[in-house]
Amino acid sequence: MPVQETRLIFKHIDAAGYTNDLDCYLRHGGYEILRKAVQQKPEELCEEVMKSGVRGRGGAGFPCGMKWKFLDRKSGKPIYLICNADESEPGTFKDRQIIHKDPHQLIEGILISCYAIQAKTAFIYIRGEFPEGARILERAIEEARSKNLCGDNILGSGYSVEIFVHRGAGAYICGEETGLIESLEGKRPYPRIKPPFFPAVLGLYQCPTAVNNVETLCHVKHVIDMGGEEYAKIGTPGNSGTRILCVSGHVQKPGYYEFACGDLTLGQLIHDVCGGLRPGRSLKAVIPGGSSAKILRAGERYTGKLKDGSSFDWGLEDIPMDFDSLMAVGSMAGSGGVIVMDDSTDMVEALANINAFYAHESCGQCTPCREGSLWMKKITTRMSHGQARQEDVDLLGNVADQIAGRTICAFGEACSWPTQSFVLKFRDEFLNKARAQAGAASTNGNGAVPLI
Amino acid sequence: MTAPAQTDLVTVVIDGKEIAVPKGTNIIEAASRLGIEIPHYCYHPKLSVVGNCRMCLVEMGMPMIDRGSGKPILDDHGGQKIGWMPRPAIACATAAVPGMQIRTTTELVKQCREGVMEFLLVNHPLDCPICDQAGECRLQEFATDYGRGYSRFIEEKNVKPKRTRLGPRVMLDDERCILCSRCIRFCQEVPKDDVLGFVDRGSYSTLTCYPGKQLENNYSLNTVDICPVGALTSTDFRFKMRVWFLKQTPSIDTESSVGANTFVWAREGKIYRITPRRNDAVNDTWMADSGRELYQQVEAEDRLNACHASGKPVPAPEALQAAVALLKEGKTAIVGSARASLEEQFLLKKVARAAGGAPVHLVAHTGEGDGLLVSADRTPNLRGALLTGLIDTLPPASLEALGAAIDAGEVQTLVVVREDLLAAGLTEAQLERVRIIHLDTHRRPGLERAAVVLAGLTVFEKAGSFVNQQFRVQKFQKAVPGPGGAAEDLFLLATLAAELGGESMPSTPASVWQAMAAEIAAFRGMTFAGIPDDGVVVEAGRLAELPFVEGESLHYKPAAEAAGV
Amino acid sequence: MNLKPETLAKIEAVIPRYPVKRSAALPLLHLVQEDAGYIADEAVEWIAAKLDLQPINIYELVTFYPMFRRKPGGRRIIKVCRTLSCALAGSYKTAEAFKAAFNCGLDETSPDGEVTIEFVECLASCGTAPVVMIDETLHEKVDGERARALAVEIRQAGGPASAPTA
Ligand SMILES: Cc1cc2nc3c(=O)[nH]c(=O)nc-3n(C[C@H](O)[C@H](O)[C@H](O)COP(=O)(O)O)c2cc1C
Ligand code: SF4
Ligand code: SF4
Ligand code: FES
Ligand code: FES
Repeated sequence: MPVQETRLIFKHIDAAGYTNDLDCYLRHGGYEILRKAVQQKPEELCEEVMKSGVRGRGGAGFPCGMKWKFLDRKSGKPIYLICNADESEPGTFKDRQIIHKDPHQLIEGILISCYAIQAKTAFIYIRGEFPEGARILERAIEEARSKNLCGDNILGSGYSVEIFVHRGAGAYICGEETGLIESLEGKRPYPRIKPPFFPAVLGLYQCPTAVNNVETLCHVKHVIDMGGEEYAKIGTPGNSGTRILCVSGHVQKPGYYEFACGDLTLGQLIHDVCGGLRPGRSLKAVIPGGSSAKILRAGERYTGKLKDGSSFDWGLEDIPMDFDSLMAVGSMAGSGGVIVMDDSTDMVEALANINAFYAHESCGQCTPCREGSLWMKKITTRMSHGQARQEDVDLLGNVADQIAGRTICAFGEACSWPTQSFVLKFRDEFLNKARAQAGAASTNGNGAVPLI
Repeated sequence: MTAPAQTDLVTVVIDGKEIAVPKGTNIIEAASRLGIEIPHYCYHPKLSVVGNCRMCLVEMGMPMIDRGSGKPILDDHGGQKIGWMPRPAIACATAAVPGMQIRTTTELVKQCREGVMEFLLVNHPLDCPICDQAGECRLQEFATDYGRGYSRFIEEKNVKPKRTRLGPRVMLDDERCILCSRCIRFCQEVPKDDVLGFVDRGSYSTLTCYPGKQLENNYSLNTVDICPVGALTSTDFRFKMRVWFLKQTPSIDTESSVGANTFVWAREGKIYRITPRRNDAVNDTWMADSGRELYQQVEAEDRLNACHASGKPVPAPEALQAAVALLKEGKTAIVGSARASLEEQFLLKKVARAAGGAPVHLVAHTGEGDGLLVSADRTPNLRGALLTGLIDTLPPASLEALGAAIDAGEVQTLVVVREDLLAAGLTEAQLERVRIIHLDTHRRPGLERAAVVLAGLTVFEKAGSFVNQQFRVQKFQKAVPGPGGAAEDLFLLATLAAELGGESMPSTPASVWQAMAAEIAAFRGMTFAGIPDDGVVVEAGRLAELPFVEGESLHYKPAAEAAGV
Repeated sequence: MNLKPETLAKIEAVIPRYPVKRSAALPLLHLVQEDAGYIADEAVEWIAAKLDLQPINIYELVTFYPMFRRKPGGRRIIKVCRTLSCALAGSYKTAEAFKAAFNCGLDETSPDGEVTIEFVECLASCGTAPVVMIDETLHEKVDGERARALAVEIRQAGGPASAPTA
């Protein structure tokens, strides 16, 4: 049976005749949910979000309701909401669609969320490479203001809120919430140590702050629309709602697709949704949740027990695309970026490409990540350029092991997981590279393109 | 002293040993109280905590509690089970909480340290043989303890600027910098002179002073002190002497009434540098650059190397005899000094008494205070002069009253301690009318006019004590011997007082202290040896209410302000 | 500093948005770069003074964020995404095509001053790889052939027709 998309967030994206202006949004029932929300008590809204179980779509998959619950409301300081629109995790391109094609959905989600947590100011931190997106959002905010949906005393509710767009300038680390906060404060985006600087307590300007991903805030709108319990019926327990999957790499129809969580397997996604691989090619590997996620190799078998106690025995293509299943197979759903690689891919080069990204993006604050990320890049680049050594594979793994779990922020894991998983799962290919080093630089000469 | 209340203490267990520390103490400090060293680079007790070096990673655990019942979960031996965190935590940013358990000797901790050391060395030039930080380099030190001993790094090292002049006194070698940000935080947080920062990012991050600006504030050399490696060096001290050859002597910065605690580093009678000595109540771990240059006085061009009588160099006893002869004629006045030690002031008071109750004048030396460690009172011991009773009011800015007395013919002989009389407001004509006995360390304008010159010692060449702006008595010790022709100030003053008064006088700090303890209420029960390294605040009584000139400094608030007026 | 009146007006408008002035550092850097094309030393100091900061505070930012240029670039800035999804789709070849077309290397400005070519990291459009940003416009599925076509368009006055973004 062909799998069916469940378009909640992307309902109007790419729909014929749907435009990103306020009129169009209002014609499609826009801001009705905000109108209802401001009639309710903020705590009730938080409660609905809690009940919905909706998990963060920015990468870590942390339950949004819990995050809001941790906000320090006793401090008397203002509470801030930050919408994380830094979308920088390689392989991820969903927030861009929302921002460009349905900005009011995001603005409505932000307004409802602000009201729920009683924030008076929200910042949308948008990556610098989205200049058009920033303009669209600015315009959308102005439109909303003109209809008293934003600003003073919105919809006569007595509640006032301002939203500002703040542009980054080309740094992946600004996606990490405390790096983002530092950047927004006008400093180098050095992530903060936690403890003590948990955003919910000591966030922006040392005030309690909720940082949420673009998609997450859109989900909040639908949670409030349906009610938490109803929303939770979409997807599977613990993995509620829909999930936008961004597929790129070696598939016939790359793109973004939205499904109820757990509704489809990785195999279905690749073959049924994305039209399969290019003719004559076979699947080699998949990175299922943005480039930081550990790679999965075709032909692997995954066995174990799920949270609910049931046991599983999956091949790569059987893995359900939800948070818990991907965690169970040793990777993660992350940001929803699925990168597919066929048999033409040189895994050493692919890792070198990823390592170049992390070496470029490490903020450089803490020793293991700063030095380790560049070292891993140097090793894999050298290996890709014809000077691989047998011992490199173990050295790489060991360097990565010296980073993960020992850094200020989760970039440490993000930059070491690829290396750890590549050398574990493609050890043979790394060793072959060394054996064949007298030969061509690339061991996969058959139609491959250079990756580094 | 009040002991912290029991409730303010929390007990943590580090490597199986219990220690009670004040709530909020971090694990590096708590461990050090147990004699356990947790290696660290970026943490500095007097700066904000950033946790960037990751050298201080330790294992942390908390007693487990059953969520449902709230009761402790017990292990097989009946003790409370410890839930160890899967990831190591940084000791510098981990505050002690009750029941916390820390392990610093496990395989994981060892691996963490080895990993950080390896990472710090991959892009480091490894030029220790030519690095003048050798001996004080934490990188070198920990490399021996946690280094692999061989390098697994075969790639090309990053290239960064070497030998950059950051300012008049500080040099930077970026290839040695481990990016701990101590120097940046210091500049931001202490002198509030934000000129240093990192440029570029990742492994290419580079410490820089903003082009067109310099690290030239009067505290710049503290960055050299706190740089854990050889990246920041002093242009003055560079390459002059390997530190392990030097002996450190505790001393006091004499440039103002703050009295920053210092170490004087010397070898074979020569001083090479002065660095701050930690005193949390006075100067924390800092001192001004200006105070570090004071050792240059010792070998200055104009140093007084001999006593003089009638313009000719003579041995000290001869000069003293000439002085006594003059003093016996009477009509003496005295210009004392707030730069003299407490002991010297006490003896000078004795001289005044023996000289028939000669009036004592003092002149103020003031400048602008910097709010940190150089106060508006540019003498180290004004409070001493008050406590010893040498004077009983704050000194005026000039010696006008003395001038008037000279004009009135009331003064025939003037004993001067460490003052420039002309600068202090006396006229050439007035000086012509008196005979001067001058005790000093350096030549001053008009000194050739003195009938007797007594050559004394600088603070580096003798022991004694000063009373700083907080009425804290602080000791200094002798770091180097004085010039051959000079004599101990205490000996000179004691001899004068004894010869004039006919009774013997103490002439060592210890013996002067015995006398002071007996005579001066504020010093009752004290001994020189008993003054702790970080000094001791004495009861100043009404003196504390005098309108002293100082504004606020690092650990001092003017009496009026402190009282909230 | 010789900024256009519109730029100055925007600067004045953006600063009060933030409860702490320093937060306006990135917005000001963007505005100045949009106006002047790059961030000169003078601009660093001007922005610092405007926000009651020290120049080093702005200098630290300019050198951290790759989007800020410290010197003038070509008439157009070509940013080729080099990250995995684009690389898998041939972006290294795309870059080669641009380099050949304009006779210059990466991070260089072409001899005729037309373009500066750079590699950038994932532009969040991996589904239409390889992607290229020319100034503020995103171009999708830019293979070698398309790159050569874009180069021709750039050379013709007015530059490339804007491809649909997003
Ligand atoms: C290195 C790094 C990069 C990140 N980049 C992003 C990003 O681009 N967008 C995002 O929404 N979250 C990103 N995150 C996750 C954020 O830190 C944070 O968890 C998220 O914004 C929370 O929102 P959510 O709970 O709605 O997912 C990143 C995290 C790390 C460690
Ligand atoms: S882990 Fe990397 S990115 Fe995160 S703070 Fe440390 S150096 Fe910066
Ligand atoms: S120069 Fe020294 S103190 Fe400053 S960051 Fe580098 S290593 Fe740390
Ligand atoms: S001392 Fe540097 S991280 Fe703790
Ligand atoms: S990898 Fe090029 S846009 Fe994502």
